[in-house]
Amino acid sequence: MLFTSYRFIGFITAVFIVYYLFPKKYQWCFLLAASYLFYYLANPAYLFFIGATTVSTWLIGRKLDQLHTEQDAFLAANKGKISREEKKAWKAQSKAKMWKWLLACLLFNLGILAVLKYTNFAIANLNGILNALGSGQQISFVDLVLPMGISFYTFQTMGYIIDVYRGTCRAEKNLGKLALFVSFFPQLVQGPISRYSDLAASLYTPHRFNAKTVSYGLYRILWGYFKKLVIADRILVAVNAIIQNPDTYQGGFVLVGMLFYAFELYADFTGGIDITIGIAQTMGITVKENFIRPYFSKNIKEYWNRWHISMGTWFTDYIFYPFSVCKPMLKLSTFSRKHFGDVIGKRMPVYLSAFVVWFTTGIWHGASWNFIVWGLMNFVVIMISQELQPLYRRFHARFHVKDKAWYGVFEIIRTILLMSSLRMFDCYRNVPLTFQMFANMFTHFKLSELNAAAFLELGLSGAEYALLFVSLLIVLSVSIFQEKRGSVRDFLFNTAPAWSKYAVFGVMVIVVIVFGAYGIGYDQTQFIYNQF
Amino acid sequence: MKNRKFPLWLPAVLITAAAVLAVLFFLQLLFLPKYMSDIPEGAMVAEYYEETTDHEVVFIGDCEVYENFSPITLYENYGITSYIRGSAQQLVWQSYYLLEDTLRYETPKVVVFNVLALKYDEPQSEAYNRMTIDGMEWSSAKIGAIRASMTEDESMLDYLFPILRYHSRWSDLTSEDVTYLFSRDKVTHNGYYMRVDVKPVDSFPEPDVLADYTLGSNAMSYLDQMRELCEENDIELVLIKSPSLYPHWYDEWDEEIIEYARDHGLYYFNYITLSDEVGIDYSTDTYDAGLHLNLSGAEKLSDYFGAWLSETFDLTDYREDEEYSAVYAEKIQFYEEMEAAQYEELEEYGEIISY
Repeated sequence: MLFTSYRFIGFITAVFIVYYLFPKKYQWCFLLAASYLFYYLANPAYLFFIGATTVSTWLIGRKLDQLHTEQDAFLAANKGKISREEKKAWKAQSKAKMWKWLLACLLFNLGILAVLKYTNFAIANLNGILNALGSGQQISFVDLVLPMGISFYTFQTMGYIIDVYRGTCRAEKNLGKLALFVSFFPQLVQGPISRYSDLAASLYTPHRFNAKTVSYGLYRILWGYFKKLVIADRILVAVNAIIQNPDTYQGGFVLVGMLFYAFELYADFTGGIDITIGIAQTMGITVKENFIRPYFSKNIKEYWNRWHISMGTWFTDYIFYPFSVCKPMLKLSTFSRKHFGDVIGKRMPVYLSAFVVWFTTGIWHGASWNFIVWGLMNFVVIMISQELQPLYRRFHARFHVKDKAWYGVFEIIRTILLMSSLRMFDCYRNVPLTFQMFANMFTHFKLSELNAAAFLELGLSGAEYALLFVSLLIVLSVSIFQEKRGSVRDFLFNTAPAWSKYAVFGVMVIVVIVFGAYGIGYDQTQFIYNQF
Repeated sequence: MKNRKFPLWLPAVLITAAAVLAVLFFLQLLFLPKYMSDIPEGAMVAEYYEETTDHEVVFIGDCEVYENFSPITLYENYGITSYIRGSAQQLVWQSYYLLEDTLRYETPKVVVFNVLALKYDEPQSEAYNRMTIDGMEWSSAKIGAIRASMTEDESMLDYLFPILRYHSRWSDLTSEDVTYLFSRDKVTHNGYYMRVDVKPVDSFPEPDVLADYTLGSNAMSYLDQMRELCEENDIELVLIKSPSLYPHWYDEWDEEIIEYARDHGLYYFNYITLSDEVGIDYSTDTYDAGLHLNLSGAEKLSDYFGAWLSETFDLTDYREDEEYSAVYAEKIQFYEEMEAAQYEELEEYGEIISY
């Protein structure tokens, strides 16, 4: 059920109405039923996998909780009776038990993800190796079902179990409630990857109908549809024309495709998240923000703090930090300091951990070398940027440009171009072609080729380009407003004349219906992040 | 007792909703294709509802009826009042529901159905569906037609709210969309689409070899329903195959229809085999090399068929009726004016460009 289908709009309307008619105490039960129905309608087979993840995580979560309780009880009962060493030994023993359970949970669930998502990728690579070795033998590909949103819900669930293991949150006692946390339908297909501590409370709390909260949610949904249907699904036509025809569209058009894809991905992904957050908000549920105007970032590090935040923090909290402070890493750090000096020794754990994070980020996005190389290129750029920091500082101190508005704009454009060029790995069909087209952008650039007639051949009319321009201008204006003055909805509800909030809402409905790229004549497209 | 506060936002929301619906309704009128200067076939079905008099004969079918029979000739030569409820690639279930729709307004004595559409057993094309169905007034017949016709990509909502289908026309709007916002010109003569130009028959591609020469069960079930509907309303159902030479009408299909007509006591005429008797000359009586007849061919066929209708059924000669005479005088004038205008255009440009 695509977010942009009539069926989905009918579904969320029905869920919204029944949710508020339902006894408050059991609203979460209804949401669980709705989420499972949503998943069932996508493919009944998916339920088996999400069910396995939920039940295994619930059981192990309960076990970890029990071990925590036993440990706390033992320590409380023996306070002052046992020595510090005995206490430490008991804790270590208890932690080792917990670690085994956690490992079992991670292996089981990440194993499901790995088998379903990466088996054919592994086979393709093995076949490549066999081919290179001159073996005529080839392994057949396997036909596996890939449950919708498996990367999202697996990571969300694993985040939960790690939090329980660490003792930062208590295990959920109610299997149904945990099942809702894992399957909450608005965020099931493309995230965000919510934390249990952020989402759970508002998910299970009874909610009374509140006109303002519902209005805020509806505005957010409409804004998401505007970005998805008016911008992303329209510009997609031109993007596809360019990237699917690399022999035809070269030089300047590679740059055009790269920038158009940047607009498309932004509108598509943030639009989808707007819809997700908006739907949750209409039911009084708070889902954490996943984007903070990432295209205003002045460097790549800032960009990753503003783009797909839930994924970035997940990798930081559950991979980067544990990896950089694990025993082997500490040993490696000591070894490096001793043999290569402080400069390398200090960097070794950070760089190695960052490498692992970006490798896994890449492969999490998809079973292809394009994504892996994309992740590693991010790693390279971030590390280079990190190493160049002293140089930047000296440059800023010497030329005093850091506070200049034009320099800020330059930094923003530089970051957008940098990130857009990395995203070319999303676009072209393989890694060599991506590098080739990146080089081609410079070697075959001819300004004269970027004329009106050539743009019209990309499948969009002049009117559609004008619409895109105006729409992007609206998105930019709203983003600037949010950056400078905060929430537009707060402004409409608290500061602007009372009628304006109704007028804006009405205009948004009309704009989405009239100018949206949906229905017959348009291909209904999935949100790009649905595939992850 | 504490008074409950009336929520002030409620009237504002209702007013906003009403304003949005009003704007969307207006935009819907604007975006609907008008089918005036281009593809007039799309405007045919809706024209029926402007009729002020009843008809004793109703033709139902695709282009093989609306381009091959002239109701004006039937009236002028025999006093027969008739109407063609046809549209481009009108599928048999659409014909059935158009018949149901027609019966909401009148009960003719004779219904003439062209059998070519029986070759299609499942929905074909969204564009043609819209041309047939958009013009129908809302009724259970229209809902039935939509349900039976929808292709995989279509949705009932797009029919209920055509703006959802035609919103993409915002960038293709022309002055015609404004001119015909609230009313349309007539494009047919009681459903007949006139063409006076001539393009003789040349040659046709060899007919395809089919895996199965049996007419589809779904299509035939709608023919059954049409027959039953006629029986229930004491209407004579006449089956015809127009003298259009392409698409190919297979002998096996013809035999199946002959058998069907025999089994159910219906008349069936294949005018391809009767074309010599009708007097059709395929070098002068067709405007597109044998696919459809031109005015000359349609008048010959109508005259021949009208003679048979008059002899066979108890039809009234409405030429003597004052009310009908007045109505048809206007229709004949429009018919003659269009004929003259088409000849004029043909002379000036060498082809018909406005019709």
